[in-house]
Amino acid sequence: MIRITRKVEFSAAHFYHNPNFSAEENRRVFGKCNNPHGHGHNYVLEVTIAGEPDPTTGMVLDLKELKDILQREVMERMDHRHLNYEVPELAGQIPTCENIAAVIWKLLEPKITTGKLDRVRLYESPDLFVDCTSDVGSGNGARA
Amino acid sequence: MKSSLTRRYRFAASHRLHTTKLSEAENKRVYGKCSNPYGHGHNYVLEVTMTGMVDPETGMIANLGDLDPFVRREVIEPFDQKFLNEEVAEFRAEVATTENVAREIFRRLKSFPLARLERVRIEETSKNSFEIEDEVNEVRG
Repeated sequence: MIRITRKVEFSAAHFYHNPNFSAEENRRVFGKCNNPHGHGHNYVLEVTIAGEPDPTTGMVLDLKELKDILQREVMERMDHRHLNYEVPELAGQIPTCENIAAVIWKLLEPKITTGKLDRVRLYESPDLFVDCTSDVGSGNGARA
Repeated sequence: MKSSLTRRYRFAASHRLHTTKLSEAENKRVYGKCSNPYGHGHNYVLEVTMTGMVDPETGMIANLGDLDPFVRREVIEPFDQKFLNEEVAEFRAEVATTENVAREIFRRLKSFPLARLERVRIEETSKNSFEIEDEVNEVRG
């Protein structure tokens, strides 16, 4: 099996706020990420596809096709957007790196028809990233 | 789908690779210039990977407001700007190779109460890195 990874970058704004928490609790749990005016990041997304190279083309999948899927599913939805207000898939969720990565996984998984989505890695900064991977065989159970 | 959160930290420390179990000549042969008696240092980069349920109330596997102070207290403060062989008790008994440093850091971080430590990865330099994973997870995986 071969894994191939494509990287894209998008910039977006967000803030963390849970309406079930009091103002004081929001500040305590989320710290400065609770600033209601929001703040932004340059997100770096690495998408890894696993599969066997096609014997004719020598490719697991056409990277151009993957580039188009990432453009349509991720860039057009999230680039230069406010993640709290403009991405319906995140409605009702705190737009943490964990939740954004999970939304990206769910958007991409059905679109990858050649090979298999192996990993979504989303960097919020060079020092913080979230990995989503298939849990088949891990015994860890499904995630929300 | 399962997810994990990885956070990178940095510390700078010196060490010397040397063991009393070997003769001076053997130390020199095995460890080469890393056995220089005055020691040398690195800018270590530490990657800490946590897994667990994403808390629906916070959207987080681990809140950095909890994780950062924990890692700072358990690893960064005791290791940063230190001579590991002398100033971290565990390396008086065992060689301060980055394999052993990774294992010691894993041991220290395993008790984080709010998520499960999955992996510790250390870059000793930009060319060398060392990883240690939760063995329970390896069996499962």
